[in-house]
Amino acid sequence: MRREVPLIITAVVGIVFVIQYFIPHYPFNKLNGWFSDWFSIIGACAIWLGALNLLKISADKVYRKRSGWGYSVVIIVSFFVMAVIGWLGGESFRDFGTSFDWMYRFVYTPLSSTMFALLAFFVASASYRAFRARNLEATLLLLAAFFVMIGRVPVGDAIGMKLQLPDAIMPSSIAIWIMNVINAAGQRAILIGIALGIVSTSLRVILGIERAHLGGD
Amino acid sequence: MGFVCENVNFINGVIRPLLAVSVVFLFGFAGVVAQDAGEVDTVAVDSAAAIPPNVTPVMIKDLAVRDNPNDDGQAVRLNWHLSADDHEGGKVTSYRIMRATSLDGEYIEVGDVPAGNSSFIDNSTEDGTDYFYKIAAINSLKEDGRLIWSVMSESDPVGPVRSSAQWFDLQRINVFVGVIFVCSAILYFINRAKSGKALFIRKIAGLESVDEAVGRATEMGRKIFYIPGINDMDNVQTIAGVTILGRVAQLAAEYETWIEVPVCKSLVMITAKEIVKEAYAKVGRPDAFNDDQVHYLTDDQFGYAAAIDGMIVREKPATIFYMGAFFAESLIMAETGNASGAIQIAGTAMPSQLPFFVAACDYTLIGEELFAASAYLSREPRLLGSLKGQDVGKAVILIALIVGVVLESLNVFQFSRWFSVID
Repeated sequence: MRREVPLIITAVVGIVFVIQYFIPHYPFNKLNGWFSDWFSIIGACAIWLGALNLLKISADKVYRKRSGWGYSVVIIVSFFVMAVIGWLGGESFRDFGTSFDWMYRFVYTPLSSTMFALLAFFVASASYRAFRARNLEATLLLLAAFFVMIGRVPVGDAIGMKLQLPDAIMPSSIAIWIMNVINAAGQRAILIGIALGIVSTSLRVILGIERAHLGGD
Repeated sequence: MGFVCENVNFINGVIRPLLAVSVVFLFGFAGVVAQDAGEVDTVAVDSAAAIPPNVTPVMIKDLAVRDNPNDDGQAVRLNWHLSADDHEGGKVTSYRIMRATSLDGEYIEVGDVPAGNSSFIDNSTEDGTDYFYKIAAINSLKEDGRLIWSVMSESDPVGPVRSSAQWFDLQRINVFVGVIFVCSAILYFINRAKSGKALFIRKIAGLESVDEAVGRATEMGRKIFYIPGINDMDNVQTIAGVTILGRVAQLAAEYETWIEVPVCKSLVMITAKEIVKEAYAKVGRPDAFNDDQVHYLTDDQFGYAAAIDGMIVREKPATIFYMGAFFAESLIMAETGNASGAIQIAGTAMPSQLPFFVAACDYTLIGEELFAASAYLSREPRLLGSLKGQDVGKAVILIALIVGVVLESLNVFQFSRWFSVID
């Protein structure tokens, strides 16, 4: 029963979801919303499991003084500070000007932005590795990247005008052509494969052929 | 001050009565003009202004009403031919849609559309109730948002019409046919594989190297990190990711290598925990499983990336798997892993993140390969059969693309319309 019940639920929900896409009549038109609501309810309950798991592992690390236990102290303190400030704020804890809002805007947002900003440096180092002309493919990639980058900045067309290039081979035109023709064709090919992969995986899960996600073959 | 008072008295005593008389006179004049023209049904004006002559628009023609097709009811679609005065600089400024529940009943306004529009969907009907509609072509003048004058000519009422819900969305018939075809092909090959027919599956380098990657971690005596993406269990990529986790965890358990699964969604944590636990049990080492191997970090995208980066830098895993849905955090994590010297295998169906993984990882499963991984690793005939069915679908799409390119080049556009999907 431990396997059968999830399999039956998966099959019923999966088939109903496929059917509701084609049937606009009640109750099928409401099913998507109902199931989404249920998923949110289950997710909201499950978040406690996640939070408790995080606290348990962090507390254990501090207790046993494992390497990097100082970071776990930061996790525990941050968790309780945010939670207590939120609770003290009552129902309107998210309103503008509350302590929770202050923490969100002046602690959380800058931290997130800092992480996101690191992306620029990682892109530079990854590009350096990817664009080394080691073989034919890498050289083509390098050339494509060169034209796209030069075509996306004003100096590209400024050089083109200086060289009196016709419109069709201006750096910006070449960049647009690479993105709209070569890149779009490649992306669409990948997307078609992905769509078929999703259909196939979904069908395997709905029919119960694929059971690894339930903890078994 | 005295001057102001005198002027106020002058306005109240002389100008206002004169204005009132003028307005009454002009109202009467406009009414006479309109009646003479014989095309005005209703006239509405601001009390302080007059309607210029010859501004009444010609009424619309051929009003047709019907139940809005392919919907869940409570909607009626109206189509009409534009008024002859509906053109650039013409006399129509908008159309007012009016509805009643009986032919001679009181018509209430249900909406309006600007000039140039010849259709309207009334989304406020009650299924099973008879409705009658008429449309007024309106010409009006506004200044600073204030209505100065307005004239309209109403069409004859049309009806009755009833709204109702449909049991099949005919606009999606092409999707329905496509789904039936692809599913049939997949089911056919699953059945064929069950009968023992050998199926050829091309080699996928990223999956071939899973053994090598786990073995490397064993030799180095270091951890394996498995990152199942940042989406929840309602995303098929996450399902594919945790499915592969089962196979990888089984290998790790066999080799007695520590596999750690930091996740960013609680539901994924519960699922992944069950999968890893089962994998350890399957190879006869249930005691080796530790509950803390699968643990939650945070739901936040960059918080999760920061936590993973920290773990990679501090713990220096030998192998890192990224399997699932990733967004901007993909390169932040993969570059850190690359810098730490870990062997990295990634798989995602997010086209925008694929270049990042290709640049930073040793092997990348591109799109469909992620969904094929479970079948590939398990070698289970029924799962492999589904891959074959998928390939048939791909072959048909390829043929359709070639035919489409040829026909579009020859100015035949009907074929491509079969493939348009309405959301």
